Amino acid sequence: MPESLYGPGEASGIWVFLEHEDGEIVPVSRELLGKARELAGRSESSLTGLVMGNDVEDVAAKASRLDLDRVLTVPHPRLEPFTAEANSFAAAAAIRAQRPDVLLMGATPYGRDLAGRLAVMLQTGLTADCTDLDLEPDSGLLLGEVSGFGGDILAMIKCERRRPQMATVRPGVFAETGHRRAAPAPIDTFAVDVPAQAVPVRVLARRKHHGVDISRAGRLVIAGRGVQGEMSLVESLARVLDAEVGATRVAVDEGWIGRDRQIGQTGIVVRPGLAIVCGASGATQFTVGIDKAGLVVALNQDPEAPIFEQADLCVVEDLFPVVRALLARFESEGAMPS
Amino acid sequence: MSRPLHTVVCLKVVPKSEEVQVDRESMTLDRTKARSEINPPDMNALEMALSLKDCYGGRVSLLSMGPPFVAAYLRMGIAMGADDAYLLSDRAFGGADTLATSLTLASAVRKIGGSDLVLCGEESSDGATAQVPPGIAAWLNIPQATYALSIAVEEEGFAFVTREIQGGEEDLAVPLPAVVSVKVGVNEPRFMDIDRLHNADQLSPVSVWTAADLDVDPGAIGIGGSPTTVAGLRTATTGGGRRRQVLSGTPDEKAALIYEEIMRYLGVTTPAT
Repeated sequence: MPESLYGPGEASGIWVFLEHEDGEIVPVSRELLGKARELAGRSESSLTGLVMGNDVEDVAAKASRLDLDRVLTVPHPRLEPFTAEANSFAAAAAIRAQRPDVLLMGATPYGRDLAGRLAVMLQTGLTADCTDLDLEPDSGLLLGEVSGFGGDILAMIKCERRRPQMATVRPGVFAETGHRRAAPAPIDTFAVDVPAQAVPVRVLARRKHHGVDISRAGRLVIAGRGVQGEMSLVESLARVLDAEVGATRVAVDEGWIGRDRQIGQTGIVVRPGLAIVCGASGATQFTVGIDKAGLVVALNQDPEAPIFEQADLCVVEDLFPVVRALLARFESEGAMPS
Repeated sequence: MSRPLHTVVCLKVVPKSEEVQVDRESMTLDRTKARSEINPPDMNALEMALSLKDCYGGRVSLLSMGPPFVAAYLRMGIAMGADDAYLLSDRAFGGADTLATSLTLASAVRKIGGSDLVLCGEESSDGATAQVPPGIAAWLNIPQATYALSIAVEEEGFAFVTREIQGGEEDLAVPLPAVVSVKVGVNEPRFMDIDRLHNADQLSPVSVWTAADLDVDPGAIGIGGSPTTVAGLRTATTGGGRRRQVLSGTPDEKAALIYEEIMRYLGVTTPAT
């Protein structure tokens, strides 16, 4: 095996890549900090938040109030707008110089672009899309839990000899702790020169949809195969509940709704307080996405549907009359409390 | 764009995910009953490559890593319109994680003689981590664009890519050669030409390469070249704490029970009915 750039004996500290957008640290990065704080406590490691970009002072100041020991900024004008090539170049330089033991990133499009490229540049192991993180007893190695085929088997993956131990985690997997520091953490800066040839890709335009991020939804009405394309009913129920609409892969593949609302192993992990699951069979690929929900109501006419193993309230019935009756009930009672 | 385009499409043959059985006792996957298919997102990458060829001319090469039976799937790609196919088949490639897999594929792209574009599916249905395309790009030290919705090569040496990002899209000018992963579902893969399928071996026999055919450090591929290892396995236990209360009554009565439970859960006292 080719040599790692540095080994376990030379590595220390846990780093979390703090992705930011419009001057705010994105939710998945804040979620990761909570878990990273727990791991840092157990391994007596320091916790560093890595902030990359141009004009990062404001973001760094916000980061310094989060539950971490140090903020490391890597500023350069060529790091924005984000490109994987420039950001991996600068991140690799900082990592080679300061040698973290662990590097955690959100499994967002930018996070995945950066992680995949960086792992090769650093010749190290990457455990992608983890559903949990832990430390191996005795060795203290990072364990990344990933779900295998269909989500029925979970594998704990480790990286013994290469550093940093890299992992990405999807949005919504960890809850944000909301812990904040009384006094701001120290802010260090790593100076890097990013040459023009390290930025081959030009970002010509960027458009934001004004869509929702259902990973943050407090309430969800979820459409499965049994909805048979009758999305207006699901949407009406969501409206009276002040909920967002989610969907299983089947409903997305049928074209009933956009893929940005797909829940599950290949979609989004959600942690709503309330989830009403309409006509989903309950394949593990889907149910891993609602495992962290508060109250789960499931409707399906098949009494054998595995979804009922994962529900608090089980309605074995044609879903349409029940959903219509529920809709009428909420409509007659007026606005939902928020 | 004047110059014809050479595109290498990376295809992975995977067991159909809905047909894989899990033995929860031994914690193993039984793939024997599962039929195989080309990873569905890779079909979108192949269709993208073929439509680029329709538009600009040039050549589409297929590249896969897997057991010998994968050749049959590459012939299906030839039947759809690809020009040649390369299968990396050697036990030495087995057990590879993303670092070793992306090195193996990158080495094969080099051996093919390079290309203007390397297209991949967004992610594989069995791994679903989307880390191989950036890995290939890093090994080849060329640019990458992921989750592409469209690709145009209107100017010599550049691909104009519209790609999906979190909550939006961006337009990129990507110098070639580059690795581009194609967003799943962006197109409708074309049907095979049955005549081409029957004649695939005459049109272009699949080239099968072993590790010895690639200019690659044997220690950097397969399980030996993979820094990550499995520390343990366990079965998923989702929903363990659920009440699983089956509601009874008419649809109206069930709806009333759900209503009360929701209001109670949300901390709202409902008037007695």
